[in-house]
Amino acid sequence: MSNQQKSVDAGHLFFEAERQKSFITGSEAVAEAIKRANVDMAIAYPITPQSESMHLIGDLYARGYLKDYYRAENEFAVMASIHGAALGGGRVFTATSGPGTLRAMEMFPVWAGSRQPIVCAFMCRGVALPPSIQPENIEMSFLLDTGMLMFHAENAQDYFDMILKGYAIAEQPDVHLPVGVFADGFFVTHTREIVMLPPEELKLQEYDPKACPVPVFDMESPPARITRDPLLNKSNFISYAANASWHQEILAAAERARKHIKHYLGGLIETENKDAEILIVASGTAVSQSREAIKALREEGIDAGLVKVKSIRPFPEAEIREVTKDASLILVPEFNAGGWLAREVKASIDNNSRVVAGPRVFGGMTMPKDLIVSELKSALQSRSHVNASPQMSK
Amino acid sequence: MSNKILTPVKEFEELLPQEYKDLVNNGPHNGKGGVKKLGTFKEVTEAHPHCAGCGVALGIRLSLAALPAPEDTLVVGTPGCSFFALSQSAINYSNTAFGNQNAVASGLKRMLKLRYPDKHKDVVVMVGDGGVADIGLDYTLHSWFRGENITTVMLDNEVYGNTGGQESGMSLKGKVLNMAPKGKEFNKIPVFEIAKTSGCAYAAKITIANPVKLGKVIEKAVLIAREVGPTYVQLYTPCPTNLKFAPEKTIQAAKDAEKTYYSFEEFITKEAEEYLSKEAKKQETKQ
Repeated sequence: MSNQQKSVDAGHLFFEAERQKSFITGSEAVAEAIKRANVDMAIAYPITPQSESMHLIGDLYARGYLKDYYRAENEFAVMASIHGAALGGGRVFTATSGPGTLRAMEMFPVWAGSRQPIVCAFMCRGVALPPSIQPENIEMSFLLDTGMLMFHAENAQDYFDMILKGYAIAEQPDVHLPVGVFADGFFVTHTREIVMLPPEELKLQEYDPKACPVPVFDMESPPARITRDPLLNKSNFISYAANASWHQEILAAAERARKHIKHYLGGLIETENKDAEILIVASGTAVSQSREAIKALREEGIDAGLVKVKSIRPFPEAEIREVTKDASLILVPEFNAGGWLAREVKASIDNNSRVVAGPRVFGGMTMPKDLIVSELKSALQSRSHVNASPQMSK
Repeated sequence: MSNKILTPVKEFEELLPQEYKDLVNNGPHNGKGGVKKLGTFKEVTEAHPHCAGCGVALGIRLSLAALPAPEDTLVVGTPGCSFFALSQSAINYSNTAFGNQNAVASGLKRMLKLRYPDKHKDVVVMVGDGGVADIGLDYTLHSWFRGENITTVMLDNEVYGNTGGQESGMSLKGKVLNMAPKGKEFNKIPVFEIAKTSGCAYAAKITIANPVKLGKVIEKAVLIAREVGPTYVQLYTPCPTNLKFAPEKTIQAAKDAEKTYYSFEEFITKEAEEYLSKEAKKQETKQ
């Protein structure tokens, strides 16, 4: 129970406390993270595949791990109420999925603009029309420029760690921005796997609203007279400059998050066999499928490496530029129709005709490793013609 | 919060602007508030950019002057005309997205209850008719159904003012307005009536033509919201610019409305009444 939990330093909870094996679903991993996060308040609204995780967090509230929890009237209300609760100076949590994300969309830039260290879990799924509840992560592309930090979990272990550590990153006084932790719905949320968990008797220290770079909305901090907003509708240069500099500050805060992400998540990317001439760059569950594809390719004598992108915002441009500098072919498989990750990768590197933006699956379809293998082989085949032309060679 | 937070250190006293000195020395934050004290302090600065004769600016001014504990009051709003005066008032004000003010206030109030269990932190929503009755109706009603301890003040100017005079759900039927080129086709949304059956412990319908009465209404609404339940004040704040009357006729417009369709009405639950008399007795004993 919460009153028996001991508050410990984040470093101890994350890195020193002995972890034990637990065979749980991704939704359960979310609840296990919140159990240890010393969250004051969570607000929920049902949507598939998110609902189960917020049921479990409701159970945590009933057992005394959280101080307040309720079901709001829709996702926009949830995100607005979470914003209000964060204004009041506490640690908060919520989660949503696909169409819920889109319904709540207006609030995400408000969170970032208010410098709120809200952690929100997104269990990605298709959006209408035609309606789909199936896995796919197109909603992430809509959130790329809301100002929030975005981490993409490959599996339940990532989901647990990124949510729990997300608080430590979000609450750094030089960051103090919302963190969205994304997982591909069903593949992560509804499957069971081994997750290494620190003891449930330990929890993070409580949120310190005094370490917030903007005053808490509680009438406890001077000056008494503050407005939380830029100068709306004032048509003069000072108001333009005030608004623009605030946006710059949000972007700068996201940049400052890089060092904390490196510290807590071990880097913005992870690599395997990074010196291979062929690299697969992926995020989320596409990483797992890519690992399988790389094994199959190796059996056929084709050497390929893997770049797992963990942080989507801030985007690891420098890391990807460095790791791909000697690659001749970069394949970006994705669980969405838009190909947002491929666009990000292309925008980060030189000579981006090396990037093969695919394969892509969506509408809930799975990505068999064979699909990645065949896409890669057909790219190699067409490149062998292209590379004969000197101006196109690297 | 201690009133002393408002008191500047001696070395800086002389450097402060006159309006801040007025606020510190004569303002409502020292328990010296009330509508009758208006003019002795700056609850809304003189630089607010409202149109001449704006009913909303007056409504905000009167409401803020009547807050029982401005030093511990958080006002939540939404973009629109109300923003102009509220963001320049001597009160802590937060403005978010359109229409979500009661959802924001719900989260805020709950968090403040958790963080300050032994103090009253009054959360007051103050927005226009569009924000409450149209885009924010869902959130307003649900905050009432859930019994959130917040006060909602609708500044009803019967039109979308800031965006240039469009029809709102609270506009009068038949009124020709932008986006209602042939006249509004339906009646004012009966928010006051809905409030009575949706969980509000107190609701009142009043115009800016009655400053002292309005002050009492606001005070009651905020006090009742502390412990009994949600409260609602529907305040008629006519808009000379978009309803097309002369700026000096605002009070007259409010008086006319009062005589015809905006007469004073008050709803109070038994529990709220008992709470108020208990609070009044406490005050008497103190004195």
